[in-house]
Amino acid sequence: MKHIPSGGQWLLFMSLLALWGVVPVHAQSPGDTTFLSTLGELREADYSAKASIVERLGQGGHPSVRAVLTAFMEDRLYFRNGDQKVFIVKSADEDPLNLIDPLSLKDAGSAPADSLTKIDTNNGLRRTLRTTVAHFGLSSPEVAVRLAAVQDMLRSLDDATVALLRERMGVETDSSVKKEIATGLALAALDGSERQVRLDAIDTLSKSVSQDVRNRLALLSTKSSDGTFAESDVKVRQAAATAVQSIDHWRTFYSGIETLFFGLSLGSVLVLIAIGLAITFGVMGVINMAHGELMMLGAYTTFAVQSAMPGHIGISILVAIPAAFIVAGLTGVLMERTIIRFLYGRPLETLLATFGVSLILQQTVRSIFSANNRSVVTPDWMSGSLRLNDALSITYNRLYIVIFTVIVFSLILMVLKRTRIGLDIRAVSQNRAMAKAMGIRTEWVDAATFGLGSGIAGVAGVALSQLTNVGPNLGQSYIIDSFMVVVFGGVGNLWGSLIGGLSMGIVNELLEPFAGAVLAKIFVLVALILFIQTRPRGLFPQAGRAGEDK
Amino acid sequence: MLALVAIAVPVLNQAVPASSALHLSPFGITLIGKYLCYGMLALAVDLIWGYCGILSLGHAAFFSLGGYAMGMYLMRQIGPRGVYGDPILPDFMVFLNYKALPWFWYGFNHIAIALIMMLLVPALLAGVFGWFAFRSRVTGVYFSIITQALTYALMLAFFRNDMGFGGNNGFTDFKEILGFDLHSDRTRVVLLVITVVALAASYLACRVIVDSRAGRVMRAIRDAESRTRFIGYPVESFKLWVFVFSAVIAGIAGALYVPQIGIINPSEFAPINSIEAVIWVAVGGRGTLYGAIVGAVLVNYAKTYLTGAFPEVWLFALGALFVLVTLFLPRGIIGLVTARSKDK
Repeated sequence: MKHIPSGGQWLLFMSLLALWGVVPVHAQSPGDTTFLSTLGELREADYSAKASIVERLGQGGHPSVRAVLTAFMEDRLYFRNGDQKVFIVKSADEDPLNLIDPLSLKDAGSAPADSLTKIDTNNGLRRTLRTTVAHFGLSSPEVAVRLAAVQDMLRSLDDATVALLRERMGVETDSSVKKEIATGLALAALDGSERQVRLDAIDTLSKSVSQDVRNRLALLSTKSSDGTFAESDVKVRQAAATAVQSIDHWRTFYSGIETLFFGLSLGSVLVLIAIGLAITFGVMGVINMAHGELMMLGAYTTFAVQSAMPGHIGISILVAIPAAFIVAGLTGVLMERTIIRFLYGRPLETLLATFGVSLILQQTVRSIFSANNRSVVTPDWMSGSLRLNDALSITYNRLYIVIFTVIVFSLILMVLKRTRIGLDIRAVSQNRAMAKAMGIRTEWVDAATFGLGSGIAGVAGVALSQLTNVGPNLGQSYIIDSFMVVVFGGVGNLWGSLIGGLSMGIVNELLEPFAGAVLAKIFVLVALILFIQTRPRGLFPQAGRAGEDK
Repeated sequence: MLALVAIAVPVLNQAVPASSALHLSPFGITLIGKYLCYGMLALAVDLIWGYCGILSLGHAAFFSLGGYAMGMYLMRQIGPRGVYGDPILPDFMVFLNYKALPWFWYGFNHIAIALIMMLLVPALLAGVFGWFAFRSRVTGVYFSIITQALTYALMLAFFRNDMGFGGNNGFTDFKEILGFDLHSDRTRVVLLVITVVALAASYLACRVIVDSRAGRVMRAIRDAESRTRFIGYPVESFKLWVFVFSAVIAGIAGALYVPQIGIINPSEFAPINSIEAVIWVAVGGRGTLYGAIVGAVLVNYAKTYLTGAFPEVWLFALGALFVLVTLFLPRGIIGLVTARSKDK
């Protein structure tokens, strides 16, 4: 058993420390001491001495040197007037200043701005600093850090940084960093005087898709106001123009991919909201107008789970998924047992009754959570975006929606095709009387089917809580879309709903740049109305309980 | 009979006793007028749903289109009295930087053209939509869902500012109709009487249709569409004409609704309004015509009362009403009453 010091022992220990008058916060190694003393020299040095101190700090290779020098470059390095101790401040615009310890890089409290003095820099010193910091960035073992360092350097190229880049080019192993360095070197070479070098540089740059590079090249081929070209060399000018064309071409291509991806993610949302309905409406023939409200319940469950575990936002959403499934699913089973089972075979009546249920659910939520919108926090791992290149980046929440839809869809398909309950559901939907004769408890299967569809609506609600405001009217705004997806895809066909939803999403996003969001939506709706005229049973008609009622 | 009572009550209460106990406030008149307009909408829904088996979840679209046509006339009547004082352009157009009147606004300063449009626009939409839908045999649930999509699309369209219909504010701040001040009690009473007459006339027209041979074909279509088709009746054209006629009634109801309420905006297109109209019919009693009117008036009276007295309870009550009526009263309130009298 491990020895755990009792409270009394701790007290004794602490008072002993107090007697000595030292509470060691951070064990100092010899490297730390040199680092601190070198840092201390900055206080009184003049600019040229500062430059040499910076270089010495750089060669010292202390782990926090990069952060300190970056802060120095950004005018965020201060020393305390009282004890001459050097600190980094979080932002120079605040008062009191928030201090960071230069050794541990941890918070060191705050102090009023007039009790600290800034360690000044000038342009020459800043250049030295930038080179040194970039050097550190470039030699970092992490690819992302190196890449960020290069991209940072591209913004302000000078002889020193170019030299650094050239040096790094020889040892760099990662291809993405290499490409970025090549771009940087080419940008620098553009300013040279030798024609062939410049043409080669343009050739390299034409492979980039960055907006900055494009603008730089476009500058070469533009006319200035007095009618002469900014670039006197015709060949260079032509090469630049071709390169700009090529870059534009690729940027259009990538923006096309981006639109496609937006469409895919919008389509995934449509699929997600429709898939529960594809089961309740498609398989069972129940027009469930409360479908939207079941999604709303899912969204509110997310909110409730998140409020219940405030410290664990990242995990709460994963907890919310099964919770929402259970809440909405049980509500669905309750609806089926008390109302819907009396109305089978009368789809229009189910419409009215479930509409009544939807009003009751809305008001229930309004009474419990108030009519105001609730904000559901997006976990950190879902925000931000995945940068694929200069022209294409994908936001994580859209990406996760697509992945989530794929998972949910495959799970449902698995349940329906591979499990006993799925077999029962399919049997009852194809031939109720025969299934009953075979000993399937059709009543129980009805409840389970409706519960499954409703539970999936709840899961969709979790996803919606990340996309829109969570309010009592959340369901109403999605109900028509979900019906349209199911009808478009073909009632009773899950694959139809998938393809229908995805294509609706993509068409919507393709139209949006030309028509605007609302008009694109109207076009899609009208197109669907017309489509139903030509194929009244949707994309993939299938016989089911809904199919055989007429 | 119902219509007779409806004429007598407001006229007597408004015109004869001044501030006595029987006096009806202007608000009361507006309220009754609103109920009766909804009654007409319910009548239109009952004609196609109760007798022809077509459940339209987009009838509020025809209602709103009629209302917008009336609204356009009323906007033109404002003339230079708007906030911006432009003699031709309505306020919202000045506000949205319109330079000239859009072409589809021409003629709406004449009541005759406005009246024709009130009938024509819903009829045209219903005609085109119905022709496509019925011809390709879109029936039952599918038809309900695409009508819902239709009204939803129209709502989104009318919410757009550059449609030329006032965007999300719609039309309001009307001054007068045919030179009569819309805010005077006398005009209100006259409008109410017109509404009552229109309701009675459309009720009679529906009754005539329903009792005619065509009415029997309609019921045959409702009960066994394929069989009716095989016997040789042109099912599609029957359905189409009934649908168009029903849309026209809804359009007139909307046109009468706007001057009494004093506002029309795109939220009238909201799918929930169409569903509510279906609910009125279901509550009153489907397939009876007068049941629809009774249902519309009762549900809306309950709505006015409950939203005022217990705002939290209203949606619970309405929701429970739908559930209970569909479960236990498939023939609505009227069905309950007639079943009682048959028992005796």
